[in-house]
Amino acid sequence: MSLETTPAERLAAFLARTPYIAFLGMRAELAGDEMTAILPFSPHLIGNTLLPALHGGVLGAFMEMTALAQLAVITGGPRPAKTIDVTIDYLRPGRPMDTYARAEIKKAGRRISSVHVEAWQEARAKPVAAIRGHFQTPTEG
Amino acid sequence: MVKPPDFIAAMTGSLDEEAARHMVTRTPQTQALGFQFVSISEARGAIRVPWRADLVGDPETGVIASGVVTTLLDHVCGLSIRAANAVPQGTLDLRIDYMRPARPQADLVADGHCYKLTRTIAFVRALAHDGDPDDPVATAQAAFALIGGGA
Repeated sequence: MSLETTPAERLAAFLARTPYIAFLGMRAELAGDEMTAILPFSPHLIGNTLLPALHGGVLGAFMEMTALAQLAVITGGPRPAKTIDVTIDYLRPGRPMDTYARAEIKKAGRRISSVHVEAWQEARAKPVAAIRGHFQTPTEG
Repeated sequence: MVKPPDFIAAMTGSLDEEAARHMVTRTPQTQALGFQFVSISEARGAIRVPWRADLVGDPETGVIASGVVTTLLDHVCGLSIRAANAVPQGTLDLRIDYMRPARPQADLVADGHCYKLTRTIAFVRALAHDGDPDDPVATAQAAFALIGGGA
């Protein structure tokens, strides 16, 4: 565990080392120990040009990356956690605008963690999507 | 020269191979991910995503990010619903189990099957593999609301 690093350093390291996060254009901010992930709108995220709406897979992937980022912030290992399973609930269409997400670690286990994430756009109380997932803590070395 | 069908035809008309190809390769996100149309048959569809360095999740392993698999599985579910001659309005829920990491630098193929349609809902199973469908990287189970179903 590299807990001599700060949460902000661990978050920055996770975001910087993951090529797919750059593909999405995802960012994240820390306020104390609370992380907010931000997915700025970009035309390449659209899955339905008629509505238009963000691709459902993009919302799911964004929330999964938010869970992994939150785990990186609290556990601080050099390797990211591995996704075991996710269940995505789609609540409202993802409109062509910025999306935000926060993760809540329900249980941080030695080997397996359980994380819930909600994503919203205009109002935190009207989430567009949510996930529950299990993530495997990477083994050191 | 074949005239490409417009997006509305791809989303609502009966699904011939040209419309299916359009649905897989011509939405902005699937185009950005480089999705390739593989096949459609009755209530089934298949899509390939070629490996690319910018789609990797962990640069130490070179494996495609699980987020890409999420979008691949969601899209192949929608394709197989269209191949069952229904029109998906949107995903209600999508459950994905990751059985094992994909091989480094491997392309992924997803197969979807819309095994049940009601008036309002489509139920779909899908899997993603890196060469052998009997040894999947991930499996998915999804429910979609249908257009015209009043959902």
